[in-house]
Amino acid sequence: MSADGEPLVELTGITKTYAGIHALSDVGLTIRPGEAVSLAGENGSGKSTLIKVLSGVEQPDRGTIRIDGETHPHMSPRQAAAAGIMVIFQDFSLFPNLSVAENIAVSAELASGARVYNAARAHGTARRALARVGAELDLQARVETLSVAHKQLVAICRALAADARLIIMDEPTTALTEREVRTLLGIIRRLKADGVAVLFVSHKLAEVLEVCEHVVVLRNGRKVADGPAAEFDAASLSRHMTGRDIAQTSPAPLDEAAPLLLEVEGLTKQGAFEDVSFSLRAGEVLGVSGLLGSGRTSLAKALFGLVRPEAGLIRLRGQVIPAGDPIAAAASGIGYVPEDRLTEGLFLTQSILHNVAIGRTEAHTRLGVLAGHSAWAEAMDWLRRLSVKVPDPQAPVRSLSGGNQQRVVLARWLARTPSLLVLNGPSVGVDVGSKAEIHGIIADLAARGLGVIVISDDLPELLATCHRILVMVDGRVVDDIAAAAISEAELAHRLAS
Amino acid sequence: MTPERIRGLLVQPEGRLALITLLVFLLMAWLTPDRFLSVQNLTSMAFQFPEFAILALAMTIVMLTGGIDLSVIGVANLAAIVAALLLTQIVGPGVAEHGTFWVVVAMLAALAVGALAGLVNGVLVAWLGLPPILATLGSGLVFTGFGVALTGGSAVMGLPAEMAWIGNGRLWGIPVPLVLFAGLALLLWFVLTHTAFGLKVRMFGANPLAARFAAIDINAMLLRVYVSAGMLSAVAGLLIMSRANSAKFDYGSSYLLLAILIAVLGGVNPYGGYGRIIGVVLAVLSMQFLSSGLNMLGVSNFARELIWGSLLILVMVINASPNFRILPRGWQPPGARQGPPG
Repeated sequence: MSADGEPLVELTGITKTYAGIHALSDVGLTIRPGEAVSLAGENGSGKSTLIKVLSGVEQPDRGTIRIDGETHPHMSPRQAAAAGIMVIFQDFSLFPNLSVAENIAVSAELASGARVYNAARAHGTARRALARVGAELDLQARVETLSVAHKQLVAICRALAADARLIIMDEPTTALTEREVRTLLGIIRRLKADGVAVLFVSHKLAEVLEVCEHVVVLRNGRKVADGPAAEFDAASLSRHMTGRDIAQTSPAPLDEAAPLLLEVEGLTKQGAFEDVSFSLRAGEVLGVSGLLGSGRTSLAKALFGLVRPEAGLIRLRGQVIPAGDPIAAAASGIGYVPEDRLTEGLFLTQSILHNVAIGRTEAHTRLGVLAGHSAWAEAMDWLRRLSVKVPDPQAPVRSLSGGNQQRVVLARWLARTPSLLVLNGPSVGVDVGSKAEIHGIIADLAARGLGVIVISDDLPELLATCHRILVMVDGRVVDDIAAAAISEAELAHRLAS
Repeated sequence: MTPERIRGLLVQPEGRLALITLLVFLLMAWLTPDRFLSVQNLTSMAFQFPEFAILALAMTIVMLTGGIDLSVIGVANLAAIVAALLLTQIVGPGVAEHGTFWVVVAMLAALAVGALAGLVNGVLVAWLGLPPILATLGSGLVFTGFGVALTGGSAVMGLPAEMAWIGNGRLWGIPVPLVLFAGLALLLWFVLTHTAFGLKVRMFGANPLAARFAAIDINAMLLRVYVSAGMLSAVAGLLIMSRANSAKFDYGSSYLLLAILIAVLGGVNPYGGYGRIIGVVLAVLSMQFLSSGLNMLGVSNFARELIWGSLLILVMVINASPNFRILPRGWQPPGARQGPPG
């Protein structure tokens, strides 16, 4: 380790503006060879923009990028790669149909300028890279057959084979179990000893703190904290990231006499979830949590008919809901707010009003004609009730901020007065303030007797909004816990076990 | 009108198109003043354009969903052939006695053929999930093939005199084809802007996945879209048959390209989600002015197809280019406001 050596990468005064909004303002970052640095921040804090600047994908408006003491005024992605800066994205960007050896060697093979692929040379490259991290993998195995942790290993080795000197890891632990995280930390230690620097980028960093020398926290595009890792713990990190102490709220207690609303029995879909059973009472908020790939999203979609389960029953107020039919699910009073607002939830180019009113067109049709006035008035009313700031209801919905966009999708469903609302990642990509307001809306809905299911991997969010939490591991519900009876750390442990 | 208001109109694609239509009209009137502006030319244009304009309406409604219907001309000819065979072969000489009655029956038969063909397209696209461009390319060849099989490839002639009215007659002094087109354009405008169906068509075009997640009955909606397109195509086929006084499998073969060109020129987004009937009407007019004018200047038919093709590409390049502006920088259409990143 050479913490006092010449910096490998030195960013100073980086500023980047998109459409008048400061994604980054005056951010500096120094990384030395063999050093591990944590870059922490909430969604929208500017972490991704900083990665893009560092890897040459985006040009900063102001500021300098210095690598090995040399200034790069207009760094391209190729120059960044040539300098040994490699990014490992959350999805790893691997070729699932190719072998481990081919995936590891691809960048090196391309860089060598060879026109013919040489299997023996590729195997050699792959074996050397694996040896550097002290791991063993079947070189012939197709990457799609590997576990998430092994795919990550392949991605790390690919970066090493291409002479990486700084590996940037985007949300490296979201899909890993506790044991896999320990293995990853071991690999990081070897890399550091080897002189390779690592930059962790995440909003959940407590688990990697122990291998880091240095922590940098971004909030709203500004650097708000920068210091030795020893000075941070989970609580202080979250305080820096959110800018305030998050008061732990918990939901109002559930009425003992609340009637049964939803019964799910033995719901099974091969490869997604197995034998899932649970029930929900009116006015109850149920959390469903699990790591990426635990089946939580498939389960949510199955409740709304977007995924057709092979076995099992869904009953709403005793009535069986036909499987695999979103129209029937919606008609019987189930609403679904999807995980990916931009591709699944919104019609981005269409007006804010249309995005809300589209759920209620039948109700406002008289003799085949859509009664525009009443439909728009109702939509406006719901936007007002959810306090969406709408300067111009005819403007396309993409002109709104993330938090307001999420409320537009909510308004569409609430206008249909559902009895069960499934919210998949209700506060992904919204700012801290909006997040608290969305939690308030959830509490309000439950108080009015709606059943709400919140699917999330944001543990504080689950603890703040839910009465009960189901924990999913490998497609099965392994725990059904009263939220009041569990701490965040304990919940995290059960998720990753 | 204040300069501000004129500018406000011109930022909209339809406003620009109105200007272009006017310019084409003035240019042609200036190049061949005595002939282009003659009453005879103006009425002959009014008889000519409705047949391909109605095909353009069919193309428009499909394009709003992000699809395309390459079978429109195949459907039009098949519908016309069925109507013509019904009049000449099945009813035969008896047609003369109750001419009007049998012509109406034949037209209804043509509409039924159009609806059935549209149903086939709709099932292929909605239920079987085929890409519209391939599904309708294939079905269009099948429909044309049926037309060839029914006629042996030759024209069906000897239609009753009553059949001529729809393509050549006048209603209150206005050419019947023009009345028909105006009526259908108005109807389609109303359906697209004042019904739940129209709203769903545009929303689906804007984001099919979100439409599914919003529990819109996508399949039923797509089926209605393709059936409407098939029936509109059948009406166009009847017009073509009436004006040619015969039906044949390869009439109007250049109309497919023209219908796509008009829809795109009219501002319909080929990826779906945006399009206005007024734009399509203006595009029809500008294409007809251009076509007549080129005709008078003695430009050959082959050169015209070349011009249509180039125009189609040019219009799409202009629409795709964010840097293109006929207005000063800083003026943006209301729809082009950018949201914050992410």
